[in-house]
Amino acid sequence: MSELEVAVTGGQEIWQGGESPYAIPSKKLGMWLFIVSDSITFGAVLFCYAYLRLASPDWPTPFRLASIENATIMTFVLLSSSVTMVAAVEAAKAGRIAASVRWLGATMLGGVLFDILHIREWLGLIHEGLRLGQNPWGSGLFGAAFFTLTGLHMTHVTIGVIYLCIVAIGFRRGKFTSDDVEISGLYWHFVDLVWMFIFPLVYLLSARIR
Amino acid sequence: MHDTSKQTAEHHHSPPQGFLWTHVFSLDHKVIGKQYYFLSLAAVLIGMILSWLVRFHLAWASVAIPGLQHLSQVGAPGGIITPEYYLSLLTLHGTLMVFFVLTTAPQAGFGNYFLPIQIGAEDMAFPRLNMLSFWVTFVGFVVLVSTLFVSDGPPISGWTAYAPLSAIGSDAGPGLGTGQVLWVISIGIFCIGSLLGALNFIATTLDLRAKGMTLARMPYTTWAWFITAVLGLLAFAVLLPACVLLALDHLGGTSFFIPGGLVVSDKLQPHSGGSTLLWQHMFWFFGHPEVYIAIIPGLGITSHILTATARKDLLGGTRVLVGCMVSIAFLSFMVWGHHMFISGMNPFSSLVFSVPTLIITIPASIVTLNWIGTVFGARLRLHTAGLFAIGFISVFVTGGLSGFFLAQPSLDIYLHATYFVVGHFHMVMGVAAIFGMFAGTYFWFPKMFGRMMSEPLGKLHFWVTFIGVYCIFMPMHYLGLAGNVRRYSAFVDDYLAPLIPVHKFITISAFVTGAAQLLFLFNLFWSMYRGKKAEENPWQATTLEWTIPSPPPFDNFGGRHPVVYRGPYEFGVEGTPDDFVMQDSPEQPAKS
Repeated sequence: MSELEVAVTGGQEIWQGGESPYAIPSKKLGMWLFIVSDSITFGAVLFCYAYLRLASPDWPTPFRLASIENATIMTFVLLSSSVTMVAAVEAAKAGRIAASVRWLGATMLGGVLFDILHIREWLGLIHEGLRLGQNPWGSGLFGAAFFTLTGLHMTHVTIGVIYLCIVAIGFRRGKFTSDDVEISGLYWHFVDLVWMFIFPLVYLLSARIR
Repeated sequence: MHDTSKQTAEHHHSPPQGFLWTHVFSLDHKVIGKQYYFLSLAAVLIGMILSWLVRFHLAWASVAIPGLQHLSQVGAPGGIITPEYYLSLLTLHGTLMVFFVLTTAPQAGFGNYFLPIQIGAEDMAFPRLNMLSFWVTFVGFVVLVSTLFVSDGPPISGWTAYAPLSAIGSDAGPGLGTGQVLWVISIGIFCIGSLLGALNFIATTLDLRAKGMTLARMPYTTWAWFITAVLGLLAFAVLLPACVLLALDHLGGTSFFIPGGLVVSDKLQPHSGGSTLLWQHMFWFFGHPEVYIAIIPGLGITSHILTATARKDLLGGTRVLVGCMVSIAFLSFMVWGHHMFISGMNPFSSLVFSVPTLIITIPASIVTLNWIGTVFGARLRLHTAGLFAIGFISVFVTGGLSGFFLAQPSLDIYLHATYFVVGHFHMVMGVAAIFGMFAGTYFWFPKMFGRMMSEPLGKLHFWVTFIGVYCIFMPMHYLGLAGNVRRYSAFVDDYLAPLIPVHKFITISAFVTGAAQLLFLFNLFWSMYRGKKAEENPWQATTLEWTIPSPPPFDNFGGRHPVVYRGPYEFGVEGTPDDFVMQDSPEQPAKS
């Protein structure tokens, strides 16, 4: 600190400027802000789901044991992909690029598997008669709310897989840094976290198990 | 000391070449700011013409408007507006004004241009995202205006698009098919643009401040843009899914917002189970913060300009002003239900929403008292920008006062959906925010275009506008108390007929005030090419935007890294050659 600054600030530390006010680079801050905003979007759709469910006297509970088992496996797959994501970030930070890319690949695989299981689940329900506007079990709003909410999440997973793919390729070619891997990890964990709300609120609360 | 070279390394981009890259697809925040500004200008012109049509019809319902039949043969046969087309024009007026003017110009326009400069940065944190935000918003604008040219015109459901009217489709009235779908798409697109912009603003403010620019040293405008960006990031995130759900009701056969057993135009609607209140909840959860998204930049601009006008810092300073703006922003998320007092919501929730609404008047009053206290006893330099800043205080108070009445459920049952509400929100949201934009334009024009605007024309513009808006919107409060309901296209009922002369007075005032805006437009474009050359700091203001040439070079500070040594508004400092000290001036002023 120069004498002049001491004179002006009375010796107190002043803001030094630059990229990292709280040790967060702009890109990472941007991702956090996106997550804040996106969680509000998911919150609004979840609110919609809850509101319509409470307002409907005949909300269907169509998920049989097989569905619940399927959703449990999906949850397990997605949670595991978060673990591999952590390993990818860890490896990236340690400079082990090949290992990091392998872990990213495992994460993507988890995402794709999740999507496949999810689409299988959708097709099963569609086969049983579930449509956007109606279904054989009760309030027609169920299909609307279910497909919107899970569809929004599935879109996020799919975009996440593409995003991870771009990051993995870029990281291997040296275009991206380990920070970029970490930022993509933030997104992935967020998408994972959202599922942890959807699984109990949509599946477990609408289970039909005798 | 930190090395500041890292700061610029990632964001540095060299000046582009060619017209397309310098003026159209530019990454420069200054060009993008101007693009937003001119987009708003186009929107406000269309919006104003629509309001003239609407006002003309209210005063002289049976008189033809020559040429209007060419715009819509069905909507205005022989130039006479049908009741449905009246609502279409009204919807487009409201939507354009709220989204593409009040939300766009003060925040995205001025904010883009001046936020990076005021914090000493050379651009926004994400220049590419910034360009994307603008072009996304532009597409939204084009889609919205295109509703004028589709088969049955813009939707008739108002800017709030209340369900089920907005959700059923063309059975419910003109414009509710294609027009409404286009409306939903347009607003959805606008949400995306606003979300990206808000994210960029927050990251820029937190990350790119120059050395010495502590949060406490940020100018009031920077604070206002920052707080508004936080509001935008949270509020538009709810409107976006709401728009998607509404679009699904149209296109996907869902019934989120449509109750069962609804018979419209003698047809039983194939929907069941949805909730019209759900749309209102989602819309107003966005809609109320939106009101503050429109007005908080105005609070910032007014405070910023008032200091240069009164030659002293705001009474209470940064802490009080920012504290008030933050509390207003925080409370804005808890009051959305005050738009829904008569919607059929549980009456107890009305009370819950009424109390925080009334609490908002506390920070709003503190800000107002600070402004008045600042002006009190000051030797004012009344340039046009200062006049508009003081005018802002006047219309903000006038519009705010009627808010006291509307915030109380018992009174709102009577006043809801009357011209009292129209007068209230036009005054406090529309006119106040527009005054903020005018103040900003007159104040920053020299910096943006390197030339001065004409002061005599500006002052004439101010006085006609100032008196004009009172002539337009004050009588509306009276109309509302007399029971004049809004959204009627003509007043044929016994009790409304005697009020027509008042409507004629309002319409004539609207035309006169509108003519004054043409004066502003002339001043704006004439000064852009013919105005007196502007110096670096024409208003003797203290913040960083006045330390660089007018207009600023491509990277704002010409490769220099500004260092900030003091607060943003050091006016009236003794022992200095002038009465003020710039923010980046390292000299120690002599303490008296």
